[in-house]
Amino acid sequence: MPDTSHAQRSSEQPVPFRGGGFKPQTRRGIGLLVFVLLLGLAELGTRQGGISALTLPKPSDVIQTLIEFYKSGQLTLNLLPSLSRLAIGAALGASLGIGVGLLIGLFSFVRAGLVPLIAAIFPIPKIALLPLFVIWFGIDEGSKYALIAFGTFTPTVVATYGAVDNVDRTLIRMGQSFGLTWFSIVRKIVLPGAMPGILSGLRISLAIAIILLVAAEMLGAEYGIGAYILQAGSLYDLDRLFAGVVILSVLGVLVSSAVGRVEKRVLSWRV
Amino acid sequence: MEIRLNAVGHRYEAVEVLSDITLTIPAHKITCIIGPSGCGKSTLLRFMGGLEKPSSGDVLQLGTAPEGSLNALTYIFQDFALLPWRTVEDNISLVLEDHRLPTEKTKAIIENVLARTKLSDFAKALPKQLSGGMKQRVAIARALAVNPAVLLMDEPLSALDSQTRDLLMEDLVSLWTRTPFTAVYVTHNLQEAVRLGHQIVVLSRRPGQIHQVVTIDTPLDQRIASNPDLQNKHDHLWQLMRDEARAADAELLHA
Repeated sequence: MPDTSHAQRSSEQPVPFRGGGFKPQTRRGIGLLVFVLLLGLAELGTRQGGISALTLPKPSDVIQTLIEFYKSGQLTLNLLPSLSRLAIGAALGASLGIGVGLLIGLFSFVRAGLVPLIAAIFPIPKIALLPLFVIWFGIDEGSKYALIAFGTFTPTVVATYGAVDNVDRTLIRMGQSFGLTWFSIVRKIVLPGAMPGILSGLRISLAIAIILLVAAEMLGAEYGIGAYILQAGSLYDLDRLFAGVVILSVLGVLVSSAVGRVEKRVLSWRV
Repeated sequence: MEIRLNAVGHRYEAVEVLSDITLTIPAHKITCIIGPSGCGKSTLLRFMGGLEKPSSGDVLQLGTAPEGSLNALTYIFQDFALLPWRTVEDNISLVLEDHRLPTEKTKAIIENVLARTKLSDFAKALPKQLSGGMKQRVAIARALAVNPAVLLMDEPLSALDSQTRDLLMEDLVSLWTRTPFTAVYVTHNLQEAVRLGHQIVVLSRRPGQIHQVVTIDTPLDQRIASNPDLQNKHDHLWQLMRDEARAADAELLHA
């Protein structure tokens, strides 16, 4: 068929490329650029008078406030109590949550008994219980720890038993077939296998812990980032309000990147 | 050590999976179990290692495990079942840790089995760095580490490409030739059965029953593809399996 081959050759062209895309790629600096652009826009707007000082504070003023806040020693005075509340409350809630989550994942009886209970307390806004916590644990640090711990507890439980459920059953079967003890199977197969799920649950519960930290400090705290924001808000001091919010944001980013670093270290075995 | 199955039958609720299986697994021989998919051959293997209980009949082990055997009935799984967070040597030490052996002894065992499976250079590698064939060699090394009386292999080569499969079959043959071990080898691959089996048990489609037991006397290290005897056995087995496989296939479609 010489005719057709000739016809094909005359209309020879590259096959159109239709692949690619739909794959997240790292683009360095873009995140920072968005930040800088937004701040620049706000700065420009407030300087030009397009945005009134009551709508949005000048970003440069907020930075100025932050610097003064640090220089006067007020930052450490407010940050240290907040950090210790966050650390103690979150550590309590997360460790209890991982423990209970493991028990639910391992024992059908515990699962049958506790899963409905967890489902019942998960949607309760923990802030609503703050007055109750004050009565139970006192107006001092106790109620603040309790609120943060309670708030981190439920998401950690749910993430942990989900992670235990998702551990590869063939690995457990393998452990049994080699006569490993029950305790060995839990410690060497179930726990490391559940680690990815537990850590991604921790990411969420720690963010919730920061939210609850502020809520806890809005009630009867002399010092703390939450108290500072509340005070600034009631005086309508937007510079200080935003300074506090920036500190919380930075805290959130730091916690998230810390979890990311732990993940990288503990889960280096992942494909 | 031998394993004997006495009139073993099994059903999952209404479905009868296995029926009246009576079979002896002789010591120091490789017994292959072949049959169409869904005939219950893997279930049978789980009975032999005590991972599942049959609904009727008995599974017996005859004789005692040899001195120094840490886990008499030891599996090798199709999907390797290596812990991805442990290195090659730690995957092997996993199955030794509960026995509280002296540290030097553990080390010596690990070195020995890695050498036997030609993995000594990869002791510190993580499973994600290994090819499928190497992963299965790690699983074989792990099984050898507990000095088993019977190796229970559940389609150990099915997840591998055909070249790797041939290489690993050679490895298994040379391992067996050096020290003959007792093994039950479940597969759906006739070539593997003819290459490795001293005794080949052909199961029928569901409910799985023993269709025929074929023995091959040619020594493992002399089984070359051009051997006419082997070819005859192969053709005979294929005749047995073909109709079953076809019927099983049609059954699945109608289910």
